[in-house]
Amino acid sequence: MIYSALLILTMIIAAVAACWLKDLLNVVIACAAVSLIASLLFYLLQAPDVAMAEAAIGAGLTTAIFVLAIRRTGRYEE
Amino acid sequence: MRKWVSAILLGFVAAGFFIVLSDIPFGNNRMDVAKYYIDNGITETGAVNIVTAVVVNYRALDTLGEVTVLFVASLGLGALLHAGKDGSGNKQRASLVVRTGSRILFPLILLFGAYIFVHGHLTPGGGFQGGAVIASAFLLQYLAYRHYSIDRQKFSVVESISGSAFVVVGLLGLAIGGYFLSNFLDKGVPYSLFSAGVIPVLYVAIGLKVGAELAGIVAGLMESGRG
Repeated sequence: MIYSALLILTMIIAAVAACWLKDLLNVVIACAAVSLIASLLFYLLQAPDVAMAEAAIGAGLTTAIFVLAIRRTGRYEE
Repeated sequence: MRKWVSAILLGFVAAGFFIVLSDIPFGNNRMDVAKYYIDNGITETGAVNIVTAVVVNYRALDTLGEVTVLFVASLGLGALLHAGKDGSGNKQRASLVVRTGSRILFPLILLFGAYIFVHGHLTPGGGFQGGAVIASAFLLQYLAYRHYSIDRQKFSVVESISGSAFVVVGLLGLAIGGYFLSNFLDKGVPYSLFSAGVIPVLYVAIGLKVGAELAGIVAGLMESGRG
């Protein structure tokens, strides 16, 4: 229970950071943290199928695709 | 001024949600359909993993739509990336640890991805998860080797064949079982690998299709930056 609360708190902090940060690489890392914690929470809530999809697609591939997109565009938000 | 208007609108939306949702008792089971799947899923479909029974049997048509959405997305990305190519590539070499690690891990990750979608009807996971794991193996290769490149022609052949296999299995179900994507094969003994009729066949098709598609997306992004 306390672990879930801690995870949710970290997730909210990462989500707020993703909105506030100006360096888009940092934003992508914050989004990856949100996805990773979401997948942990899915696992704790006994939904392993969704947890696997979230970990593989949300935390893994999406992060890589965002980083590649940033490399082709701009790194900083005006 | 604009900020106030949007704040007031947001307040209205929140109030609307609150009024509607406050009537629904929290945490109660409002639908009987979940109970039906849990009680009858194994006997009707033969799949021990009830999530798989829903995704590839009861709601297989939705899964076909989902696969189509992914296909269209990767098609659009391919069209966009084909238009422009620039010359800025990754000049730095990946470290020895990354190169050696990826050489050892690459076949293991592929095997793990295949394991996930072959056992989709028995253990958590399935075609989408296994396909994503397979694509991440190719991403690792791209990160480790500067001149790595997959044969995208072969990948699109795999994608087309597995995508067609999904529809063909569905049409066979229509011809034999009477409705699209019906489970016309023998359901076998639950908990064994060759059980649940067409579900493993469909999941292998989905796994290969999703894996080839996502690997193609990764390849397109990595190679277009390389020039």
